[in-house]
Amino acid sequence: MLKLLKGIWLVFLHAFTRPVTIQYPDVKPYLPPRWRGRIILSRDPDGEERCVGCYLCSVACPVDCIALQATEDEHGRRYPAWFRINFSRCIFCGYCEEACPTYAIQLTTDFEMSEYDRRNLVYEKEDLLISGTGKYPGYNFYRVSGVQIGGKDKGEAEHEASPIDLRSLMP
Amino acid sequence: MNEVASRLPIIAGVLTMVVTLSALLIWLERRLLGFWQERYGPNRVGPFGLLQVVADMIKIFMKEDWVPPFADKAVFVIAPAVIIVTVLMSFAVVPFTPSIVVADLNVGLLFFLAMSSLSAYSVVLAGWASNNKYSLLGGLRASAQMLSYEVFMGLSLMGVVMLTGSFNLGDIVEAQRDLWFCIPQILGFIIFLIAGLAETKRIPFDIPEAEAELVAGFHTEYSGMKFGMFFVGEYLGIILISAMITVLFFGGWQGPWLPPAVWFWIKTFLFICLFILLRAALPRLRFDQLMTFGWKVMLPLALVNLAVTGALVLIGHPPK
Repeated sequence: MLKLLKGIWLVFLHAFTRPVTIQYPDVKPYLPPRWRGRIILSRDPDGEERCVGCYLCSVACPVDCIALQATEDEHGRRYPAWFRINFSRCIFCGYCEEACPTYAIQLTTDFEMSEYDRRNLVYEKEDLLISGTGKYPGYNFYRVSGVQIGGKDKGEAEHEASPIDLRSLMP
Repeated sequence: MNEVASRLPIIAGVLTMVVTLSALLIWLERRLLGFWQERYGPNRVGPFGLLQVVADMIKIFMKEDWVPPFADKAVFVIAPAVIIVTVLMSFAVVPFTPSIVVADLNVGLLFFLAMSSLSAYSVVLAGWASNNKYSLLGGLRASAQMLSYEVFMGLSLMGVVMLTGSFNLGDIVEAQRDLWFCIPQILGFIIFLIAGLAETKRIPFDIPEAEAELVAGFHTEYSGMKFGMFFVGEYLGIILISAMITVLFFGGWQGPWLPPAVWFWIKTFLFICLFILLRAALPRLRFDQLMTFGWKVMLPLALVNLAVTGALVLIGHPPK
């Protein structure tokens, strides 16, 4: 009986503690920087698309919500002709971001993407592309990789040794 | 006829007041439960969320009023009305102030007990007429619960009647001019509080609806305003029991400085809050615990209270 009264008293005392509720639309909650929210496609510091259309995100996606078609420009640089993410399927697991070799696909802290129409949740490439670099400001895939594109030959990347002359016998 | 006409403003006033209050109580309960659970409760619609009541009313009136094809239609429709009618009838005898009382019956207390017994029909009939096994179980439980708690509810009040020598609620309040009955009748007060909780089917005695086991108990099949009427009936019941506790044990309208009506509503409000606090703090009893508690603990206590009060009254004022 005394325990019951104690419990009731304890509950009564809670009237004087501050509610833990965050009144969401008025007060925005703190989100950690690595929050897995809306997916974006970033650009490299030169303003070019980072995505090289390797399909790794699409493969890694457990719910198959990413679809794209890779193509090449006149410089031999790969990019996606179209890139589509169906956010009505996306589970925001972040595997696409982990799989991406060029830091192109990234998850952001935005989660307010409600729509009245389900079809509006299918984001096309122009919806996904942002103008900035996202989480990795200095990174430019073609400048650090050995892939040859127009205007950058083999051996011209950062910290890349010159290619070995196969016809020479000298070490 | 003339006397009835002179009562009409009081009847209308009491009716409007208690129905409005019971609607506001929905908001109050949700807000208070929120505060006791460290959240806000409804605070979006209007100032402090007060217009939530209006929003809920509009919504519930718009709902489809559906009677299941397998139900006993006439009884199904009558059942929710019974609870409202019986509880509102009980308010007729409650003395809000010395002058504001709808019917100054000399058997006011008995009238209240009779009406609260009748309200059991509402629940039983609703459960039965729904033709649904969960509703039937809820109705059965309600009838058993009402039956066993009705007994010592009445007995717990007989101490008050003995001390006053009258069943008239106005006289009972007047008799508490020097000492509120909650002190000489502390046991009676506790027993009546618990019986009142059971009578209004509030947590921890809400086993007739027990949403964890019986979907929603007796009102599983109800929708729209019929469902709403059960809820208005429940909240009216809370106001009624709180008002009765105030009248019977806490001196009704009596108190210094403030006008009588204010005192009455302050006390009633505190008991309404207590009812909500109990809901926030206590879990639901098991059915056998409820019955054991009623018959083996509360009934003997009520009888002891009755006997001791009777003996003391006899010693104090021997019958002429």
